[in-house]
Formats: sequence, C-alpha cells, structure tokens
Amino acid sequence: MSTHREPPPRSESGLPLALAITDVRVAFGGTVALDGASLAVRPGTVHALLGENGAGKTTLMRVAFGLVAPDAGTMHRAGVPYAPRTPREAIAAGLGMVFQHFSLVPAMTVAENIALGGSGAFDPQREARRVRALAERTGLAIDPTLRIAEASIGMQQRSEILKALSRDASVLMLDEPTAVLAPQDAAELLQWVRRFARDGRAVVLVTHRLQDALAVSDDITVLRRGRTVLADAAERLDEGALARAMVGEASIQVDVPRVAADADRTKPVALRARGVSAIDATGRTRVDDVDLDVHAGEVLGVAAIEGEGQHELLRLLAGRLRPSRGSLERPPVVAFVPEDRHRDAVVLDATLTENFALRELGTRRGRMPWSALAAQTTTAIDAFDVRAPGADVAMRTLSGGNQQKFVLARELADRPPALVIENPTRGLDIRAADAVRAAIRRAADDGTAVVVHSGDLDELLLMADRVVVMTRGRLLPVTRDRDTIARAMIGTAPSARTA
Amino acid sequence: MTPARRAGIACVAAIGGVGALALLLAVFGYSPADGLLAFWRGSVGTSYALWSATLVRAIPLSLAGLGVALAIRGGRLNVGAEGQLLAGATAGALVAQLLGAVEGGTATGGGMSAALTTPIVLIAGALAGAAWASVAAWLRERFGVLEVISTIMLNFIAVHLVGALVRGVLQEPTRVYPQSATLAAAARLPVLVPTTRLHAGALLAITLAALLWWTLRYTALGFRVRVVGESAAAAASAGGIDVARVAVMSFAVSGALAGLAGAVEYAGVTYALYENLSPGYGYTAIAVALLARLNPLWVIASGVLFGALQAGGAAMQRDAGVPATLVQMIEAILIIAIVLVDRASRRRAAEAGT
Amino acid sequence: MSVRSVLTEYLEGAVRTATPLALAAVGELVAERAGVINIGLEGAIIAGAFGAVVGAGIAGVGGGMLLGVLAGLALGLVFALLVVRWRADQIITGTAITLLALGITGTLYRTLYGESGVALSLPTTAPVAIPGLSAIPVLGRALFVQPWPTYVLYVLVPLVTWVLTRTHAGLAIRAVGERPQAASAAGIDARRVQWWSTLFGGAMGGAAGATLVLAQTGTFVEGMSAGRGFIAIAIVVLGRWHPVGAALAALLFGAASALQFVAQAMGWRVPYQLFLAIPYVVTLLVLATASSRAGAPAALGRAELEER
Repeated sequence: MSTHREPPPRSESGLPLALAITDVRVAFGGTVALDGASLAVRPGTVHALLGENGAGKTTLMRVAFGLVAPDAGTMHRAGVPYAPRTPREAIAAGLGMVFQHFSLVPAMTVAENIALGGSGAFDPQREARRVRALAERTGLAIDPTLRIAEASIGMQQRSEILKALSRDASVLMLDEPTAVLAPQDAAELLQWVRRFARDGRAVVLVTHRLQDALAVSDDITVLRRGRTVLADAAERLDEGALARAMVGEASIQVDVPRVAADADRTKPVALRARGVSAIDATGRTRVDDVDLDVHAGEVLGVAAIEGEGQHELLRLLAGRLRPSRGSLERPPVVAFVPEDRHRDAVVLDATLTENFALRELGTRRGRMPWSALAAQTTTAIDAFDVRAPGADVAMRTLSGGNQQKFVLARELADRPPALVIENPTRGLDIRAADAVRAAIRRAADDGTAVVVHSGDLDELLLMADRVVVMTRGRLLPVTRDRDTIARAMIGTAPSARTA
Repeated sequence: MTPARRAGIACVAAIGGVGALALLLAVFGYSPADGLLAFWRGSVGTSYALWSATLVRAIPLSLAGLGVALAIRGGRLNVGAEGQLLAGATAGALVAQLLGAVEGGTATGGGMSAALTTPIVLIAGALAGAAWASVAAWLRERFGVLEVISTIMLNFIAVHLVGALVRGVLQEPTRVYPQSATLAAAARLPVLVPTTRLHAGALLAITLAALLWWTLRYTALGFRVRVVGESAAAAASAGGIDVARVAVMSFAVSGALAGLAGAVEYAGVTYALYENLSPGYGYTAIAVALLARLNPLWVIASGVLFGALQAGGAAMQRDAGVPATLVQMIEAILIIAIVLVDRASRRRAAEAGT
Repeated sequence: MSVRSVLTEYLEGAVRTATPLALAAVGELVAERAGVINIGLEGAIIAGAFGAVVGAGIAGVGGGMLLGVLAGLALGLVFALLVVRWRADQIITGTAITLLALGITGTLYRTLYGESGVALSLPTTAPVAIPGLSAIPVLGRALFVQPWPTYVLYVLVPLVTWVLTRTHAGLAIRAVGERPQAASAAGIDARRVQWWSTLFGGAMGGAAGATLVLAQTGTFVEGMSAGRGFIAIAIVVLGRWHPVGAALAALLFGAASALQFVAQAMGWRVPYQLFLAIPYVVTLLVLATASSRAGAPAALGRAELEER
C-alpha cells in the first residue's frame, strides 16, 4: 500500500537535491523510532514533513541536524555524502533548525543568542547592528537588545529563525512552527517561508496540520511509525490521501458533534469561581478576576494559546494554587492531571502501588495500608486498561501512554466530583490518546465535572461540551465554533502585536 | 533489591576496600603486609579490637549515619552531622554540669538519680542536634541557602564554640585542660559486655534503626518523607504534601540523630567534652549512609564496617606507622564508587524503561 | 598603637586574607557559570596548599605556586571526569573529592615530613610595594603593598569579566550554565565547556591554596583549608556570580577574618575561638540576606545535559 518512492539523487531540474535522506533507521534502547525514513528536499522548494505525534518527524530532523546518529541509512547534502556528528557540522553544511521547543537561553538577549556558537571576541553593539541588518534584509523585524525571557513566543521564534539565518542556512528546518502562533502570525510566517524558499534555498516544514502542508508546500512527505509512507508533489495530493497516509487504514473520526453550549445547567455546580485572581512569583497577574461555574457531568474546555493564564487557572480550580483574590467553591478533593506528568504526577522510581498511594498522602495519618492499596491499584489499572505486569513494578517501566492512563486511573479511582486535566494526550500515540479521551468522557457521563485545557484546539473541540477562551488572564465565553474560538484566542494575545 | 544482592554488594565493598587499602599502602611506600596485619589486629582480629574499638566506633557512626540517610531520603544532603554531633555532645555536657552529674559535682552519689540523668543528657543532645540542623533547614526554606554550604559553616562554628566553651564556662575545675569536667560514673551509659568498652548506645542505635526503617516503610509520615525526597514536585502536586514542612522536619530529625550520636559518645566513651571529641564521625556518616543505600537497617552493618575501618586505621598508625588519614582516602574512594555504581544502575533502569 | 596604624594593619590583613578566597571564588564562579558546582573546591585548596609546600621545597616560591596550581588542577580533573564525563551527582562527588584531598594531603604530609608533622617553615613572598599607588594614605598600603598573588587577582578579575561578557567563549560558558540544550543546538560542545571551566576552577583552587601557604602562613597544617572552599562558594553567591562582585564579597570576608588582628592589637579580652568562628557566622548571615538563588545559573548543579 505504500506509495513511497525512492528519492531521486537529482530533482527533475537536474540540480542536486538540497537534502536527501535515504532509509534511515534509529533505535533508542529497544524502541525503534525510525525505520525506513526517507526525505528528498529539492532546492527552491518548501517541503512539508507530515505525521501524527510520535511518527518520528522530530527524530528525523534531529538526525539531519547531527543530534542523533542513525543506526543505518545515508544522507546527502547538495549531492555530497553528509553525516553530521554534531549540530556544528550540520550548521557548517548550511542547515538551520528551529525546534518546537526553542533552543534559546532565556537569560540572554536576542543578539547574544544569535551570536552563540561563534568564536573570538564578542562586541554587543556590533552584534546588535548585525542582527538589525539581518532582520531588515530578511523581513523579520526584531529588537536585538530584548531579553528572551521578556520576549513573546512570536519574537522568540523570530530569534530562532534569525539565528539559523545568521549562519547562512540555506536549508531551514522548522518543527511545528505554527503550533505556538496565533492564526494571523502563523499565516504571516507561512508567507515568509514561501518567499524564503526562492533563490535555490529550501525549507522543511514539520507539521501535523494538513491544511498548512497543502497551502504552502511544493512537496509533501508523510511519516507513519517511523517510516516514510508517502512522498509526492503537493498538487497531486489532497486532504483525504494525506489523512489516510498519516493514520493508516483505521482512520479516526475527526469531529464528534456534541451537545451545544449551555445545554445542561440543571445539574449542580461542582466548581465555582467568583472574582478569582492569581499572581505568579514575579508579581504578574496571571489570572484576572475570573467568574466561572462548572456543572456536574459537563466537560468544559479552556482554549488558550501558550501562557495566557490557563496554567494557573487550572491549578486554582484543582486546589493546587491559592487565589490572591476572590472566592473559590470546590469539593475537598479535586482530581488533577497536570501536563508534565513526569515531574508533577508520578514518581518514576516508585512502584505503581506507591504512586497510587500518592493521592491524598498529604492528609493521611498513621500506617500505610499497603496490601489494601496494592489491591486498589490492581483494580484501577485493570479498569483503565493500563498495560503493566503488576502493581509492584516501577512507574519508569511503563510507556508514556500507560503512565498517563495510570494517572487518570488514580485520580478517578473514587469517582471524584471534579477533574481538572491539562494537555491530556500530549506525547501519546493515537491509540493511547483515544483511550484517554474516552476515559475523560466516561468520567463526565458518570457525573464528574471536567475542566480540560489542550493546546490543540481540534482536540479541545473533540472533548468539550462547552468552551471558554482565556486571554491575558481573563475568561471569554464563546459559542462552540472553531473560527469564533480561534479569533477570540488571538484577539488580545501578546503575540498578535508585531514589533 | 534482594537481601542476597545487598549482602553481595557489602562483601564486594569490604573486599574492594581492603584491596584499595593494600594498594594505597604500597603506593605510599608502606609495607602492605605490616599495614594490613596491624589493620586486622586493630579492627576485628582480636576480641578486644572487635568489642572495644570497632563496635564502639560503630555506635556514633551508625547513629549519625541514620541521620544522614534520613536527610537524603527526604531530599537533602546533611553534611552537617559533625556539627550536630558536637552540638549534641555540648548540650549533654552542659546539662550534666547543670544537674551536677559530673565528678566533683553536687550530685555525685546523691541528688538527682543517675537513672534520670542519663536520659536527660541524651534527650538534650538530640534536641541540640535538631536545633543546630534546623538553622540550616530554616535558611534553606526561608532564603534558599544551600544546606551543603550552611551545614559546613555550622560545623566550623560548632568546633570553635566548643573550643571557647571548654576554655570558658565548661572548663574542668582545675582550669588546666581545655575540656569539660568528667561525667559522674553513675550517669554514664552502662557497659553491655563486661570487660569491654561496648556500651548501651549500641542498643539505642539498633532500636532507632529498626524504628526508622519501620517508619519509612509502613507509615504515612515516612512515606511522605520518601516521596518528597524522590520528587518534590509530584509530592506537592499529586500528593498535596506540604513539601517544605516535611523537608524541614526530616532534616531536624536527621540532626537529632546526629546530636544523639554526640551525646552518646559523651556519655558512653569520652565522659568529657573537648574539641576533638569526634574524629570526623559526622563526615564518615555520609559514607555510612550511602554504602547502606539509605536503608536504616543496613546503616548498622555499614556503621560496623566503617567502625572497623577507623579502628583499623588507628591501629595502623599506632603499630605500623601508617598515617590514619589513609582511611579517609578509602572512604572517599568508596563514596565515589557507590555514586558511580548508582548512576550506572539508574541509567540501566532508565534504558530498560523507555 | 595609634588608631591609624591599627586601621592600616587591619585593612592590609583584610586584603591579604581575602586574596586566596577571591582566587578560589573566581575559579568556582567560572565553573558555576558553566553549570558545575564544585563542592570539591575545598579539596583543591588543601591540595594546592600541600603542592605549594612540596614545590617551594624544590624550587622556591615559583615552584610552590606551580605545583600548587597543578595539584588543584589534578583534583579538578578527577572531579570533571566523575561529574562531567560520567554525570555523577555533583554535591556528593564534591564532598568525596574534598575527603579524598584531605586524606591524600594528610597521608603524604606525614609520610614525607614525619610522624607528627614537624612544623615546616617555608620561604614566603614578601610584600611588593607598587611605586606611587602605595603612597596613598591608609588604602595605599592595604591595596598596593601586598604579596604578588594579590596583584594577579587585580588582573584576573577584569580579565575573567571580559571573557564572560565580551567573548564568544564567555557566551558559551553562560549558555551552558543557563540552558545546555540551547548551547548544544547552537553547535557548542557543552561537555567540553564544562570540562575547561571545571579545570579552571580546580586550578584556581590550587592557586588559592598555594597563596595561603606562600603569602600567608609559610607552613602547612593538616586541614588548613579550614572551610575556605565552602566560604568561596558562598562568596560566589554573594557576588551574584560576577567576578567583581565576588572580589568585593571576598574582601568582606577578609575584613571579618582580620577582626582578630584588631582584637589582638587592641587587647580585647574575648576568647580567641570566637574570632575564629566569625567568618563562618558572617557567611551564614550573608547567605541569608543575599537571597541566594537570585542570579544563579538556571542549570547549576543539574546532571543532565542532553535531556530536555
């Protein structure tokens, strides 16, 4: 069924490929991340690299950038064999990489970040002038003296791109560049990408968004489970073909229509906030005078771009953060599944039973009823289909999907009146993500009030009965409609302001 | 880890330690045979060495080792056991003086009964150790001061404070020697095995090790300490635990154990306070705790091992002219070896997991 | 004795005492800016002191300084091997390194110089007056009539400042200490940066120990580092990880330590031991008031370089 073709050594125009990756294989320990991954980037084009989360897109880019050594396979850069051992060698070969998680030093200025990796003396003024000139030439305006810690996401991304360009990158690889941007900024960036790819340069656009790939790219390569399953010109492809290639035969349903907003307010309110505010460690107001009711049995989605105060709002509702003002009514125990489960939800070196016993440990007295806890753990992991050999294995031995299912199992074990959950499927494969979403729905159907935030708006719409948008710490009720929500999300967002 | 594996590791450590000792003796130009023989005779080779040197030294090492192990379990490295130990010994001497339970004191043979004096001395020692450690714990929670730095500073302050006290208010009646008055015989910890120097502190160490093991393993309190040490973020977020409170408390108890070690040493071995009361027991306690893999029961075994190492080192110096500081090097090498083995096994576990 | 001469002598003593602390602190600062906290600095200082004793016996003051620096470097090497190469826990390893150095120096000292350690007397560096500057009233003598290691410091502090802020090497060091993965992505070999920074820190610790012997005590005593390594780490915190700040902080400690000279000169009747405790008490007080994590490199003390 694979429509994958071997990448030609040369493009039709006769020029050598800007970057050719052929049959690369990468295994981490026992897990195979890439096997038979190929990519052929023609000069002068934008090339979209598509795939679901976990398909191996980022790993392939890390291979190309010298951060991961492939176990097998070959690479060519402009027709010449290419095997970078470090990013430095990749940069020297004319590659530039902008990761989804930026590689910037927050404590340094834009200019210092761009200068990073050079040698000899460093003159801040001269570097600032150089960056300003580069920014003008490339149409990416920025203040070189701005500290990254104080820059918006959009400006940080710009710094990253300028950093690559300042090393004369002619193949620019962008990892999910629009995921963090407001739609308007994203559109601007994609236009810029098209302009940049002219004059023999090339852009690899790593994305999981079909629309972005079709709109902006010349060629498209699709990865599934570490293997290249499709590589063709964009004009010969459509959404259906791409979607099938990405998820395989058993495709998932893209949207489940749910009951519209304001449907069921007859059930009691489980979480109630009135005039609630929260201030972070630096004294900035993160949550600003929020009123909110969450009813039993509903799933409330909080839509927001990065850093708009949803992080704090979720912790206020979960009772993990104290409000600086206002009143909160919530049940004594609120189930909470934070996004960084390795840090905040589990102890990796402890057993599943011990991790299960974490719940309400703060108020527990006397002896630990270990045998009873082990039995409860076994019941819970069976109920949530957590794949583990037993309750006494270390959390570390579970896969990411099973860890997340375990956390849900623990938090929902006593049918809590409320559940707060943040980016519930981040880093999970499709099957595990489906299972997690189903578990959340089941909890709501059983009467739990659920508050969920996901950075992926499509996923949020898939789960939520009702959506509120958070911008700059304030809540905005909206109708459950993708365009309305997207517009509301960027309405007053900091990244919408361009310098 | 299975007990068999642990025992295996302990054997490897012991054999490796002896091997390293022989090697070091050769490197520094001493006869390994003479040195090892002196070491053997001074540590476990004779019954006197075993009962009156090795096991006697194992008592403060184990008590302080329990303290260090508890602190690390709670996520904090307590490098201040030495200072807390001195604080405990000082408080013990001070209380004994106040109660008149010193030779030439008012209570010798009368006044408050010895049966009461001894526990009071020990309790005062534990409290002083806890207080001394709490300074560092408080500085950490309130101001973010690294406890590694603050406890070391407190160690030096303790040494100099003892130096000032034994030349001042606590100096013995003749005012000749820089040490406190001698503890009255009735107030001393009783000897356990006749004709040896092994005192009742050994029972105390074993009891407390068992109690600590049980608490960590089977109570909510102990489990909280472990979780805070393993992952403070998960403890706070998933467990709703007041992390700062648990950390301060476990650090204070850690200090109490080290302070108790000092008071026990005072009431069971030295009977007087002076600056060099501890030959670095508090520092060696770190190695004791690490070798025991922070398991309180194994701390006792590990304490005996290091007690033998120190007793043997002293004997080497006495009988073979080998500097006792050689033993410090062995301790350092053991710590480094443990850290590396730990790191390697963690990495293997991580690789097996993903 | 006149107040003025007591003051002059006090300040002179303060600068002299501060010099080894500042040397060690500047080295530690560079290592910490690269994300490595070296608790083994104490060990490097005692090793440097012992190296200086041996070296001075062979080739005078110059030989003493050279061997002192080499001894500190050797300990820095062991520490870097364990911590940078094998990613062992920095705090525990540093503690072990200190213990190791105390053991080695103690053993070697007794082996080489006798059972109980005969009091050695070594050539020390005489103060060198800098023409002109030394004539400034009070401060001139304190700052410009000092043994030469103090003048090395006067050059080193601006030099390290310049390297950290005005060279790409300095940018690399700071980036590795703040966010190693960002440095790696920019093509910087984070491990190599940590290696060199840690070695520099070790060498400076050795220089500090050598200075202690060659410019201050003129002899070696077991354990004579007496916590100076730990004080130097506190000085780095107080100096906000900046060389000039560290130099000034070291001066503050020098001033605290030198109080005992004043006490002797003025004939105060306070137990000597209490004066010995002052620098440690000052360290605690200062750490508490400096709210010490502010300004610390974000990745300080963390073992992982590659993980995100």
